[in-house]
Amino acid sequence: MNEVTTPSRREFLKTGALVSGGLVIAFVVPGAKRFAAAQVPSARRGFAPNAFLRVGSDDSVTVLLAHSEMGQGIWTALPMLIAEELDADWSKIKVEHADAAPVYAHTAFGIQMTGGSTSTWSEFDRYRQAGATARALLVRAAAQRFGVKPADCRTENGVVIAGNQRARYGELAAAAATLLPPKTVPLKDPKDWKIIGKPTKRLDTPEKITGRAQFGMDVRFPGLLTAVVARSPVFGGRVRSFDATAAKAIPGVRKVVQVPTGVAVVADHFWAAKLGRDALKIDWDLGPHATLDSTALREQFRKLADTTGTLAAEAGNVADALGKANKTIEAEYAVPYLAHAPMEPENCTVRIGPGKCEIWTGTQFQTLDQQLAARITGLSPSQVEVHTTFLGGGFGRRANPTSDFVSEAVQVAKAANAPVKTVWTREDDVHGGYYRPAYLHRARIGLGTDGLPVAWRHTVVGQSILVGTPFEPFLVKNGIDATSVEGVSDSPYLKEIPNHRLDLHSPKTGIPVLWWRSVGHSHTAFVTESLIDELAQAAGKDPVEYRRALLKNHRRHLGVLNLAVEKAGWDRRLPEGRARGVAVHESFGSFAAQVAEVSVEDGRIRVHRVVCAIDCGIAVNPETIAAQMESGIAFGLGAALHSALHFKDGRVQESNYHDYRVLRMNEMPVVEVHIVPSTEKPGGIGEVGVPPIAPAVANAVAALTGQRLRELPLRLNG
Amino acid sequence: MKLTINGVEREVDAPPDMPLLWVLRDLVGLTGTKFGCGIAQCGACTVHLDGAPRRSCVTPASAAVGKAITTIEGLSPDGRHSVQRAWAELDVVQCGYCQSGQIMSAAALLAARPDPSDADIDAAMTGNICRCGTYQRIRAAVHRAAALAKGGVS
Repeated sequence: MNEVTTPSRREFLKTGALVSGGLVIAFVVPGAKRFAAAQVPSARRGFAPNAFLRVGSDDSVTVLLAHSEMGQGIWTALPMLIAEELDADWSKIKVEHADAAPVYAHTAFGIQMTGGSTSTWSEFDRYRQAGATARALLVRAAAQRFGVKPADCRTENGVVIAGNQRARYGELAAAAATLLPPKTVPLKDPKDWKIIGKPTKRLDTPEKITGRAQFGMDVRFPGLLTAVVARSPVFGGRVRSFDATAAKAIPGVRKVVQVPTGVAVVADHFWAAKLGRDALKIDWDLGPHATLDSTALREQFRKLADTTGTLAAEAGNVADALGKANKTIEAEYAVPYLAHAPMEPENCTVRIGPGKCEIWTGTQFQTLDQQLAARITGLSPSQVEVHTTFLGGGFGRRANPTSDFVSEAVQVAKAANAPVKTVWTREDDVHGGYYRPAYLHRARIGLGTDGLPVAWRHTVVGQSILVGTPFEPFLVKNGIDATSVEGVSDSPYLKEIPNHRLDLHSPKTGIPVLWWRSVGHSHTAFVTESLIDELAQAAGKDPVEYRRALLKNHRRHLGVLNLAVEKAGWDRRLPEGRARGVAVHESFGSFAAQVAEVSVEDGRIRVHRVVCAIDCGIAVNPETIAAQMESGIAFGLGAALHSALHFKDGRVQESNYHDYRVLRMNEMPVVEVHIVPSTEKPGGIGEVGVPPIAPAVANAVAALTGQRLRELPLRLNG
Repeated sequence: MKLTINGVEREVDAPPDMPLLWVLRDLVGLTGTKFGCGIAQCGACTVHLDGAPRRSCVTPASAAVGKAITTIEGLSPDGRHSVQRAWAELDVVQCGYCQSGQIMSAAALLAARPDPSDADIDAAMTGNICRCGTYQRIRAAVHRAAALAKGGVS
């Protein structure tokens, strides 16, 4: 060994080795501080977690996740990246969520977070490098023990081998921990991959099928109280006064405290807190939004669509080209406000002690949670420990610019001067805001003599999810919130049309809005892919052939389109009463096409089968990719068929799963997933299955019934 | 009141109208049974009372007195009930929050109908929501569990 070991690093590694009884792989993030130990808030696990894995003397390899497992499968995919380069014994892999710390900042976004279908691609290099670094150290430790050169050693399944000599990783961990990590490590040639690309079963299954998995809702410790909060029935309302007499009379209720969002009833258990909350008498100042009304909003959006908006994309002269077009098609589309409604209602456990605030919750936004809790408690962010539990679904809801459910829980614990778990009911969740915004689209498209579009005028109206948030300076450019128009502004169709113009109106309504699984694509794919079918019909062309003509310069779109229609048997006849529809859409760096087969039974749309082709670049875990396509289709289909929120007198009219309907078992189609083999860099997966399903179903319904349904949820006329 | 939970008799100090769900979760500490809706719309809180599936969020604890209460923690001693094994084989779970309820509903279905049709599965499982949309795998896993149980290996 010829490197110079700096005392600080040696000491750091030794400390790690001593405390954890094994090897801690320190891993320096490019561009980050070399040693983030001082910034690390938690000594809970007994070592400074500037690390993505540790090797135990018992041969276990514990992978620390910088991101949150909320169903999307990174509990398995990220360990696969490490295990691949480490040549680990897969049966010895353990997984933990990393506590919040700067070292776990997202490699692209700079804060610790999970979202945007980014976890696998953004960690593809970092986690492989962490595994390769660990392997290099274990090999050097083995070489020293064997008295051979590192180059004479090979690794296999958690063992270093040189000639007849073998040593398990656990036996080498302590020695490896004293070595200086190499500055750079070579990564495997993809042809040598044994784990990446292999369908791999989830590692979190044993806990999740026995009830042992710990979600935020399940956090318990002695002295922990539970709170349920009464919030304004109208967004922006404030408590004028309240009477807690009846609430305090409920057995088990300990305290009633006012917090900025309302009044919290703190009790020994949820049931007492909920009864107490329901018994509160509160006089609300409802504020300026008490007249919010869905019908009025729709009319407001329509009027805006009549006017010129902020320019989002433009080419050629659309007005001229429309005037000269052979034929023009005009259409208006609309989608409603949507709640995420994850199965686990929002909750957060907070314990504030001297110089410390501990938080346990299922969150997608650790860094922001930490900063906001610090602001509320008067502590520094490093004094706020965020312990991430499993998330009972996220879909974007648990990543919002105010960390609403975390901030409020910190306020409650502070006001109650006790450790408190603040729990939302389902009604609180459905009424609680941070919805996918409603949007209205209007398009006027001119066709040439060949039936292909020559001019496309498109206007989008709907709230910005970014304006007024900390993300605005980074993500809103020239007045355009890219998330409002993504999927149209960058549509491959628009790119191929010489004359186009896209306008955006971002009205403010007072309704808190947020990303909802697939964000802008959740409405833009519905609109663009429905419009393409309308154009094909106007041109008298087959919708697949029409798309092929328009997408001829878009290889990956074409690839998934062709695969999906081939596997679906697009040209094969269907039984009487059934029809197919197709849609293809790029989102989050991946490409998905779906063919839906539908019928109408008793006036209801029934989806029987969905064939999905997905090109997400390198397929790290094909098992997860198939599961995420199935998941996205079910999620999107629930919204396509059922989900909508309505406002009247400022109040959300829906309240629970009986009237805010989502997909259920009896409506689940047979889903077939086909993955395009690819060596392109990995793209997203968690959201990519959602966008094509609504238009594929709408297009199938149009083919079957002749009814072009331009609004979600889809409702047949008569 | 006295409750028999997973074969163990327990004395709990709860008001009689307190839903069994919260007795299990907050008083007994069995958190495998989940809260999803509170109005018997999602099935996440499903437990067995004398073998029959019940939504514990709307079942007063007093209604469970004298009955055998089985929760996900008590479904099998080692997590190897045929339904659990089928769930693992087919990689059913995603976020996992609804799966205790899904598994309890499936186990009750198979106890009543060892060889369920797709229509039986729809009837028994449509009350269990999964926002991750694992329905296709659940359906396949119920059939697989039926086969595992028939093989005498459950």
